[in-house]
Amino acid sequence: MYSTSCFVRRTAAFTLSLLGLFTAAGAWAQDAVASAAPAAAAPTISAGDTAWVLASAALVMLMTPGLGLFYGGMVRQKNVLSTILQSFILVALIGVQWVVWGYSLAFGAGNAFWGDLNFMFLHGVTQANSPVTNIPHLAFVMYQAMFAIITPALISGAFAERIRFKAYIFFMLAWSTLVYDPVCHWVWHANGVFNKMGALDFAGGTVVHMTAGYSALVLCLLMGKRKGYGQENMVPHNMTMVLTGTGLLWFGWFGFNAGSALGANALAANAFMTTNTAAATATLSWCFLEALHRGKSSALGAASGAVAGLVAITPAAGFVDVTGALWIGLLVSPICYFFVVVIKQKFGYDDSLDAFGVHGVGGTFGAIMTGIFANPAVNPVGRGWLYGNPHQVVVQLYTVGATLLYSAALTAFLWIVFERLFGMRAVNKEEELGLDISQHGEEGYLI
Amino acid sequence: MKKIEAILRPSALRSVLDALKTAGYPGITVTEVSGHGKQKGITESYRGQTVEGLLPKLLVTVVVPDTKVKKTTEKIIAAARTGEIGDGKIFISPVSNAIRIRTGESGDKTVQ
Repeated sequence: MYSTSCFVRRTAAFTLSLLGLFTAAGAWAQDAVASAAPAAAAPTISAGDTAWVLASAALVMLMTPGLGLFYGGMVRQKNVLSTILQSFILVALIGVQWVVWGYSLAFGAGNAFWGDLNFMFLHGVTQANSPVTNIPHLAFVMYQAMFAIITPALISGAFAERIRFKAYIFFMLAWSTLVYDPVCHWVWHANGVFNKMGALDFAGGTVVHMTAGYSALVLCLLMGKRKGYGQENMVPHNMTMVLTGTGLLWFGWFGFNAGSALGANALAANAFMTTNTAAATATLSWCFLEALHRGKSSALGAASGAVAGLVAITPAAGFVDVTGALWIGLLVSPICYFFVVVIKQKFGYDDSLDAFGVHGVGGTFGAIMTGIFANPAVNPVGRGWLYGNPHQVVVQLYTVGATLLYSAALTAFLWIVFERLFGMRAVNKEEELGLDISQHGEEGYLI
Repeated sequence: MKKIEAILRPSALRSVLDALKTAGYPGITVTEVSGHGKQKGITESYRGQTVEGLLPKLLVTVVVPDTKVKKTTEKIIAAARTGEIGDGKIFISPVSNAIRIRTGESGDKTVQ
């Protein structure tokens, strides 16, 4: 498409600007390290807390390739690599975006709706202005980075098997900046509009699962169904890969939820317990329901139940007790099952891997349940309806509503822009050949 | 010479191969295939998406001289028959020639 000289010029320009950026970053980074050094000696940093948060960050990182496997097994063989890569590449893309401007936009002081650019390149990130004093500011930065990385990866389930790679990269960079970073700020920064309202989201029911889930729904509606959907067989090509991914997700989720306590303490232990309990209950619930409905429990059902439970407990993990966890797990499976098996078939939208059906619906359900079951004995910050504070449900609903509307609107806007710029949807021939070959020139299996 | 194609259950392979070996047939090709007969295949279900599954089968191909066709098919049937649905089918078709690549010979002697 481009002439060689044009290509050389563009590559040179791109490389030079990258070099310029990194040099500037280097100068700024020196600054940050120098001013951070004396603060790191301050006595308030806890070794145990830091160890747990760093370990949790690594656990959450593992969830992204785990998600890649979970999704990868569910698509047809000809799309396995592209599906896994769509998750994997975000570790790289958002890994850079976060330290350059993402963290700043999400956690810079800013205003009620977004942060600022004062922390660009982590310039000025010191212990003195850290949101939490028991761990190094950078530990917090990197822990949050892993959340920013996995959130856009969840969306990929909605347009599996039909998106172009280049468009995907640019779209996700924009989405992360314009959707994730602001919503993260609204809920998780002290200045954020819903944080100030008292919204409870322990580890990302709204920030992660709802933003991803509703964006997914909008994208799958705008991008249209896979060619042949409804006529051709489109079933998981490797269920063993799906189950492996599920195991990695469940494991990593302990970092996602228990790590969100930002300390190695009783709250983290509670979050660990509620996470495991909700996942376990939801797995059994889905299996049982499927056995009733279809006569057999399936592996895909068990995996879906587990993930639904993990999604739903995410906002609640450090606010509810074991009773809350059991109820959340028990109830989320029938609700998600209904959306995935009944509603999707009825309305005919091709949410290929149920990003909306499990993450969007499960996250919404979990956020509302948090407003009901939040037990101040677990976490004094949270008091739900059952403990005398019905207003919490209202706050949760406002947050849910705003997240839903904002995510949907921005996603639709970004789709219009990028569809015009790049053409996000793979054309018929590309889709027929499979994305592995058409987008990457590779095959997943050469058996 | 004739080509004998037998579509068999995978579990029948061992006994069919043994039967053909004792009868002294040198060459055999086995392909993994899927399909079903009049009785439909199994139904699989993935989160509400149902698929009419095809059953895994094996296609065993032997080419034999005309004089050996009856004996070969009898041996295959005896080894593969269980009496249950899904035992399979045998198709017989004419072969105009067969050539041994190593030596260049052709005719009935290459399949004896």
